Amino acid sequence: MDTAFIIETIVKIVVILLIFSALAGIGTYFERKILAFMQRRLGPMYVGPFGLLQVAADGVKLFTKEDIIPTGVVAKIFKIAPVITAATAFMAAAAIPFLPTFTVFGYTVHPIVADINVGVLYVLGVMAIGLYGPLLGGLASANKFALISTARAASVFISYEVITGLSLLAPLMMVGSFSLIDFNNYQVDNGWLLFSQPLAFILFWIAAFAETGRTPFHLVANDHELIDGFGTEYSGMRWGLFFIGEYANMFFISFVMALLFCGGFGDGSVAGALALLGKVAFFFFVFLWVRAAWPDIRPDQLMWLCWKVLMPLAVINIVITGFVMMF
Amino acid sequence: MFEAVAFYLFAFLTITMFYITVTTQQALYALTALAAGMIFISAFFFILGADFLGVVQIIVYTGAVMALYAFGMMFFDTTRDVVEKRTSPQMIFGMSTLAAILVVAIFVAPIVSDNITAFYPVVEGVGNSQQIGLVLFTKYLVPFEVAAIMLLVAMVAGIVLAGKKMDRSLTLMDCDDAETILQENKES
Repeated sequence: MDTAFIIETIVKIVVILLIFSALAGIGTYFERKILAFMQRRLGPMYVGPFGLLQVAADGVKLFTKEDIIPTGVVAKIFKIAPVITAATAFMAAAAIPFLPTFTVFGYTVHPIVADINVGVLYVLGVMAIGLYGPLLGGLASANKFALISTARAASVFISYEVITGLSLLAPLMMVGSFSLIDFNNYQVDNGWLLFSQPLAFILFWIAAFAETGRTPFHLVANDHELIDGFGTEYSGMRWGLFFIGEYANMFFISFVMALLFCGGFGDGSVAGALALLGKVAFFFFVFLWVRAAWPDIRPDQLMWLCWKVLMPLAVINIVITGFVMMF
Repeated sequence: MFEAVAFYLFAFLTITMFYITVTTQQALYALTALAAGMIFISAFFFILGADFLGVVQIIVYTGAVMALYAFGMMFFDTTRDVVEKRTSPQMIFGMSTLAAILVVAIFVAPIVSDNITAFYPVVEGVGNSQQIGLVLFTKYLVPFEVAAIMLLVAMVAGIVLAGKKMDRSLTLMDCDDAETILQENKES
């Protein structure tokens, strides 16, 4: 383990942290603009050209707000909960290849922090820990609405995990590896998995909405109760950390979907890299589009959907894939 | 050097977390420390190069502790301390020390007598998950299948126990009907 490797890894981590923290802020700008467009409003438009500096204004507001710890909360857990959400979101990114390998000034850069051979499992597993943030925040808040939203978070958690796992099994059987780079290379030779495993793709996509807690599965924050669910008692940067975690998760799951099912960065050319970013942008856009188009569903409807509809479909998909591969 | 540092760091963290789990009076501390300890254990698998087991450790135990949280939410006011009948703190120290020594003795015995050999040595050029598959579906096929059947039995039993009246939903029926059912439940 030489010094160059350590320095390179640290640089990569810092770059990923900075880019995706910034993207979380810019993501909110796009979310507002797109929602406004679909609802025939203007969205942010006063701060800077096209309201672009609204992001900076929000950032300043979040950072300079007083950090209030209400009386009656379990202080340590209350403080650590937002950190869990944000930290696990970025930890999950360690196994995602963001771009194909490229060369700068004669130095080959692998834009992935650690290519472990169980990449997909690692990303999804660590991302799942992120749901502990809302859970702990709600439980520690000493607030009834926060507690109710925590119960919903638990119901989301026990529903979607099964679907992500089962829907991935069929593509995994075809590729024979957990590494996201192997997935990418398999699709260069054999065509996109989206076409050979359409059902798995749709199931995984639905589960991704639950995983990131986006509408129509936005049960962790009770919008219809006009409060922010688990985040009701939070203020300033602690609430901002929840926010960064949620948006970073959306970007990372978009990367995972593009790499798993839509060919990833292809053969590794510049066009392939741009295509990957384009696919990620598309998936991110669909997250926002769905939020504008659909209402939230109830927790019992989510559990009904996951356990009674999606899980049998996923199992059938696995059985069919197994038979096709065998004969 | 890195491995040694990582090992001692995570050993310290794991033991601290489980110590908090056992000794604290606050249900949330206990559950969070339990989850954290379980996740820190996965670090040892990563250090040993068993990536697959490490990730499985994370996935399985986050889910398992999540179920504990659900129970904690139902049974306790999690913002208050749980008053336990504590016999003596010496008991905790005595028992945990004894257990630790016992475990160390069990694992050190074969190393001391130099009898340690791998029944299934690492196959070169095969991935981590494939190796587990090899062992699971050859040597340990029967225990693996028996475990599967036991889980199936547990699932069926759970559905039978919890599945009464599952076809009717209080949220979907009329207010009056729901009232009558709640009234009946209260009387019986």
